[in-house]
Amino acid sequence: MNSIQKNRLKDQLFKFWGIACTLIGLVLLVIFIGGILVDGLSRIDWAFITDLPSRKPEKSGIWTPLMGSIWILVLTAIISFPISVAAGVYLEEYAKKNRLSALLEINISNLAGVPSIIYGLLGLEVFVRIMNLGASVLAGALTLSLLILPIIIVATREAIKAVPSSIRDASYALGASKWQTIWNQILPASSGGILTGIILALSRAVGETAPLIVVGALAYVPFAPQGPLDQFSVLPIQIFNWISRPQQGFIDNAAAAIIILLLITFIMNGIAVYFRNKWQKKLQ
Amino acid sequence: MRKIKELIIEKSLLSSALVTIAVTIGIILVLAIEAFLFFKEVSIFDFFTDTQWTPLFTEKHYGILPLLSGTLLTTFIAISVALPIGLSISIYLSEYAPRSFRKTIKPLLELLAAVPSVVYGFFALVVVTPYLQQFMPSLSGFNSLSAGIVMGIMIIPFVSSLSEDALFAVPKDLREASYGMGATRLQTAFKVVVPAASSGIIVSIILAISRAIGETMIVAIAAGQQPRLTLDPTVPVETITAYIVQVSLGDVQHGSLEYRTIFAAGITLFVFTFLLNTLSFRIRKKYREKYE
Repeated sequence: MNSIQKNRLKDQLFKFWGIACTLIGLVLLVIFIGGILVDGLSRIDWAFITDLPSRKPEKSGIWTPLMGSIWILVLTAIISFPISVAAGVYLEEYAKKNRLSALLEINISNLAGVPSIIYGLLGLEVFVRIMNLGASVLAGALTLSLLILPIIIVATREAIKAVPSSIRDASYALGASKWQTIWNQILPASSGGILTGIILALSRAVGETAPLIVVGALAYVPFAPQGPLDQFSVLPIQIFNWISRPQQGFIDNAAAAIIILLLITFIMNGIAVYFRNKWQKKLQ
Repeated sequence: MRKIKELIIEKSLLSSALVTIAVTIGIILVLAIEAFLFFKEVSIFDFFTDTQWTPLFTEKHYGILPLLSGTLLTTFIAISVALPIGLSISIYLSEYAPRSFRKTIKPLLELLAAVPSVVYGFFALVVVTPYLQQFMPSLSGFNSLSAGIVMGIMIIPFVSSLSEDALFAVPKDLREASYGMGATRLQTAFKVVVPAASSGIIVSIILAISRAIGETMIVAIAAGQQPRLTLDPTVPVETITAYIVQVSLGDVQHGSLEYRTIFAAGITLFVFTFLLNTLSFRIRKKYREKYE
């Protein structure tokens, strides 16, 4: 074999290695999820969704953590949406190239890399202790809102950047002010991209466990929260709690609850991708 | 009138942007104040040199080293999994794969990062550890090996996605010049494209390391809760993040020394990830200037 053939062979070998690497993660994920479906699917019925927690695995349901997750999701969306979109609009449309905007930029990029558990420590001290909200749904939602702030800000900026400048110019040419242009033209044109970012950020929030544990969310709550100041649990914490128990019955419960959690996560991701595709087509 | 309205709107948008600065200041203040109160009672020297971490026992030791070694060990294992696989994926996708395959596979890979980490923790404890125990009977039920491997799988998309962007951004002329000299795709990839995209690849690795250091639920579930200074991947360890979770689950009095340990641990974690993130931001800035 001469050196040309050798090099071609190496080239081919790397190609197969590359395909194998690309698929291995996905194959493992499919195996994992398959195993979970086997363990947990038989456990899922209507009673599992609507039952309150119990000491006996076969009687336990996910009603309280499921409601907790929904409360957290809604409150987090309400809190984070206006702040992060406003911040994104400011950075993209108003910020001049000065030291402040450079600082904001490096700061947001840094915040995106701060481990989620650190946000938990911030929430514990500021929302739970200083603002005296206790280990409430509101304290948890505020904490997660700060966590997903950088994600939505970045998505908003990307979406606004993608709006063609012709739309902007046309609006100014008609005598619209800067805010009128943003409110009536830029935001509607970028709404698909912003929406995608928000849904993706919320799907991240729904799977977050550590910051809520630090804030003081409980593994066992007898009733679903009735208001924003009630104590709460969420699905991932319930799963964590069930995993840490020795009985097989609870492991099956954990698998069943994971199926529900993954379903929520994947549906949210699917909706986000749908909106992104629709929006990108509209832009073109 | 219109001018005033515009100004009010601009200022309120600015104040929203300033919230992000407030968050950073808040994090630093909270961690610094509680850690300061902690170090009033525990000497910094002991904190960095004591080889035991037992704040919840009767005989208390406050040495961060065991938690740090647990964190670095799981991170090292995760990176050893994610780096070769993630880099191979990025090279394959940018240099070999057909466009359509690349377009469908990228969002699927992102899915790996979208799965909540508590789910990965379940995989590590219930699937991977029992599987590995078939070949390694001495493997403990909680260990850094399976936690690290599973964490590595989770961060594959962090490495592959960013590296692939960097590789893809390398100008076509460089590749064509290399092909023109008779080089294969493999030679072109490793001798031309990867070196040209090296800063972007380094950024992706740094971000993956930072992500692995801060990862919590996988290690809290699968690596155990026994702080020990060891590099043995088969025994239970405890990471900084897992310790914070352990204390938060218990009933610790606000203002007590035990309560402050989580902030001392937290500031250590924060400093590490902050340095890594700042480094990656600097490199990215420099690299952007090079190509645009």
